[in-house]
Amino acid sequence: MGSIYALAALGFNIIYNATGIINFAQGEFVMLGAMLMAYFAAVLKLPLLLAFIVVVLLVACVGLILERGCIHPLKNPSILVLVMITIAASILLKGVTMFIAGKEVHGMEYFSGENTVVDMGGAKVPTQTFWILGVLGVVVCGLVIFFNLTLAGKAMRACAFDRTAASLMGIPTKRMVMFSFFLSAAIGGMAGAVIVPISMADYQSGAMFGIKGFGAAVFGGLGNNFGAVSAGLILGILEALTAGYLSSHYKDALPLAVLLLVLFVKPSGLFGSEAAGRLKKF
Amino acid sequence: MMKRNIYIPYAVFLMIVLLAPMFVKNPYYLGVLVQVGIFSLVTMGLSLLMGYAGQISLGHAAFFGMGAYASAILTGTCHWSPWLAMGAGMLITACVAWFVGTPSLKLKGHYLAMATLGFGLIVNIFFLAEVDLTGGPSGYTFARIPHITFIKWTIKSETSSYYFVWGILLVILLLTLHIIHSRVGRALRSIHADEEAARAMGVNTAQYKVGIFILSGIYASLAGSLYAHYIRFVAPDPFGLMESVLLVTMVIVGGMGSIWGAIAGAALLIILPEALRFFQDYNILIYGAILLFIMLFLPGGIFGGSQMLWLLIRKIPGRRQEAKDG
Amino acid sequence: MMKFFKKQNLFCVVLVLCFSLTVFSFAQEKKEEKKEPIKIGAIFSITGGASWLGEPERNTMVMYVEKINKAGGVLGRPIELIVEDTEGNETKTVNATKKLITKDNVIAIVGPSRSGSTMAIIDIPGEYKVPLISCAAAESIAVPVRKYVFKTPQKDSDAALRILEHLKKKGVKKIAIMSEASGFGDQGRLQLKKYAPEYGIAVVADDTYGPKDTDMTPQLTKIKATEAQAVVNWSIVPAQSIIPKNMKQLGMTIPLYQSHGFGNPKYAEACGEAGEGIIFPAGRLLACDTLPDDHPQKKVLMNYKKEYEERFKDSVSTFGGHAYDALFIIVEAIKKAGVVDKDKIRDEIEKTKGFIGTGGIFNYSPEDHTGLQKDAFEMLTIKNGKFVVLQD
Repeated sequence: MGSIYALAALGFNIIYNATGIINFAQGEFVMLGAMLMAYFAAVLKLPLLLAFIVVVLLVACVGLILERGCIHPLKNPSILVLVMITIAASILLKGVTMFIAGKEVHGMEYFSGENTVVDMGGAKVPTQTFWILGVLGVVVCGLVIFFNLTLAGKAMRACAFDRTAASLMGIPTKRMVMFSFFLSAAIGGMAGAVIVPISMADYQSGAMFGIKGFGAAVFGGLGNNFGAVSAGLILGILEALTAGYLSSHYKDALPLAVLLLVLFVKPSGLFGSEAAGRLKKF
Repeated sequence: MMKRNIYIPYAVFLMIVLLAPMFVKNPYYLGVLVQVGIFSLVTMGLSLLMGYAGQISLGHAAFFGMGAYASAILTGTCHWSPWLAMGAGMLITACVAWFVGTPSLKLKGHYLAMATLGFGLIVNIFFLAEVDLTGGPSGYTFARIPHITFIKWTIKSETSSYYFVWGILLVILLLTLHIIHSRVGRALRSIHADEEAARAMGVNTAQYKVGIFILSGIYASLAGSLYAHYIRFVAPDPFGLMESVLLVTMVIVGGMGSIWGAIAGAALLIILPEALRFFQDYNILIYGAILLFIMLFLPGGIFGGSQMLWLLIRKIPGRRQEAKDG
Repeated sequence: MMKFFKKQNLFCVVLVLCFSLTVFSFAQEKKEEKKEPIKIGAIFSITGGASWLGEPERNTMVMYVEKINKAGGVLGRPIELIVEDTEGNETKTVNATKKLITKDNVIAIVGPSRSGSTMAIIDIPGEYKVPLISCAAAESIAVPVRKYVFKTPQKDSDAALRILEHLKKKGVKKIAIMSEASGFGDQGRLQLKKYAPEYGIAVVADDTYGPKDTDMTPQLTKIKATEAQAVVNWSIVPAQSIIPKNMKQLGMTIPLYQSHGFGNPKYAEACGEAGEGIIFPAGRLLACDTLPDDHPQKKVLMNYKKEYEERFKDSVSTFGGHAYDALFIIVEAIKKAGVVDKDKIRDEIEKTKGFIGTGGIFNYSPEDHTGLQKDAFEMLTIKNGKFVVLQD
């Protein structure tokens, strides 16, 4: 689970870095990925890899449309308005999904066969866990390479650092914003696609992914990708531990309490720097 | 001069509120209006916090819920008088708001949003988990929440609920308008504009921020108590995260920085889903679309939108300068 | 400048109030004059957390109201069905109920789908004297009896009793309870804990999970470490199909009992192969093909299943059945009453005897507004991905 939060948190970060917006529709991207994956793999019976690629591309396109349709046309919007727009968009996405896919819950088999488990020192770990971890690993490596070695990646980092300076240097910042939506939607889609076999696809699950992902992103220090991944994993583990050893009632509460405490002690998140803490105000 | 300007809209508003039941007789519509009143109370507090002090809270439904549960439990389980329970609820909420607000409001922007969001979720989980106290997920079923009695009238029918809720709202509204146009209001706006500068000018920003957070919490708690006595049933669902988001949406849709906007936002977002009932399943789509539309084309909310309209109507040559100022 | 600003305030207030008043007055004018059709209201959670409950209920109502109208209606008058959505939110449910009663003037209401929503409006039918038949299961709806409130689903406690009976027969002495954190899960959990000692069964673990959780491994790991000989899970959300999967992954071999909330073929499907052998109590609808031909309910069940599946290309669930029962109990009552009068209809509903519905055979009385006995539940199991009646 932690990996999914980490992936969702990464999505938040990418858009945040490029635009300073918290995209509350991020959770819906995960949900869309899950719904589409269940549809392509379980209903149309496409080969896994093909289904996966199609899903990720489709979700990425949704991200693109969202940016073009709702974010791009605004000339000089305030951050809060942008946040509200993403909330409205997430309601809309949820509604559309409900109509197209129905209210039923969809499931599918594990990528490597139903209920296959690996025995690890007595604990049985479902194989799908490795798929999820694998995808997370690939995404993280991919992002590292992208941001450090490619021109587009460097340009995006420049945008995150200082938008005005970046645009003065000839970087098309508007296009970068668009691309950041594309990228983070794609990552959300991937997260959704790998989680289906474990948690099944439900049109309402988006909000939950969104909150946890946002939590992880803040926990790790907004804009800090390394922080997001670690924080996502920590949150997932904390949740499992609370449910297992303390009280399943408070499974969601304890990680949140920890998160709050961390914020009170270190207001810029676990791995965030002071500089990043000085944010655009609402 | 300034005072009169507060009172004119207030007087008009008062008239409309008093006369509305003459036109709206159906109990269902009156019931919706009662809810508008209850939610307006919350959004007014939130508007003080967001629009005037510039701080966001994604956990206000928790305060709303605390008021509702306090009323339910204290009147139902402990057989207190509703008024006493309402006061106790506000006191408890104020303490919690102080406790949470003091560290939280040192945070800024998205971190503050996350902290308040987390707080709201924790409170909601508390409502869910403490089955013996709150009735858990099934809602508070130990006793029926009693009707409230005001002097000698029992607030039972829709009409009496309407006058009761809106009466309280009108009192609070007057109080709020006075706060805005006082020293405190100016101090708050200065924090919104530039916190550092405000501090440099000798405004104790931390104190003001926490103070207004507590005040808005009390408003929400009061609204919660009214809700509990009106609906006479409380369950954790209506006090969750989505409700917090809805409250913030109401303030923004109404237009930040205006108490009237907060009321307008509450009215719109309560009435709209009811008006859209006709569309059945499609209402979620239409609702989302309308929200998106408002945010895209009226970023200032209803209040900002009506200002624009006002300017258009008064678009007489020579008044340009004034329009620019407005 | 200041003055100007204030005028804008005023303008804004007036604008908004005009808006709300127009909306209201417009809607009020629409209140129609023709008194021809008999209006029946329905409140289901069509969207929101419990949409899989509301959807089949709504579909069922719509389909059968059409059928009744095609056949000439009731007392020669067509039925007009007005469906409202609760979105699983108690405040909305209250609004919807008041709207149906005071604006639409319905003569009876079917729903809501969920126990929590029903509890939120439980006094309204009595206040306005409109009969209501709830499709939610919780015991507290019909105990104590409220004059205008009835319900069609079987009682939660009966499901718990059936499960405990079966456990006792199997010689199980220690069980672990899992339940979702919702009204439904909570009620079941309480019932199980209340009655378990009577059957000589000890509860060794009691865990809950959120309705939207996606992984129950932590709770199950905890249960695995106890001496539980069976897991009883009480839930109505999709999350429950994750439990058998998780159990299999953890190598747990003890039997899994589910509540009647499992009564949806989609859930069995979602469990896949891990779902084989799950035991749960349910109305007979789900396994009606495996009922003996002489069973009194067989004909009703087979018909409903066939008609629903043909029309909606979707498998039936017991929830739709609850709406079916409620609708026909009302229709029968109207026929018997002979007039469209809320109080007379209520009296006739209370006199319902031997009505064969999908949930069982209904017998209401002034003391019993549930109408069903323990035997309305049949223990079912999953065999080759299909629900069948458990044979032992």
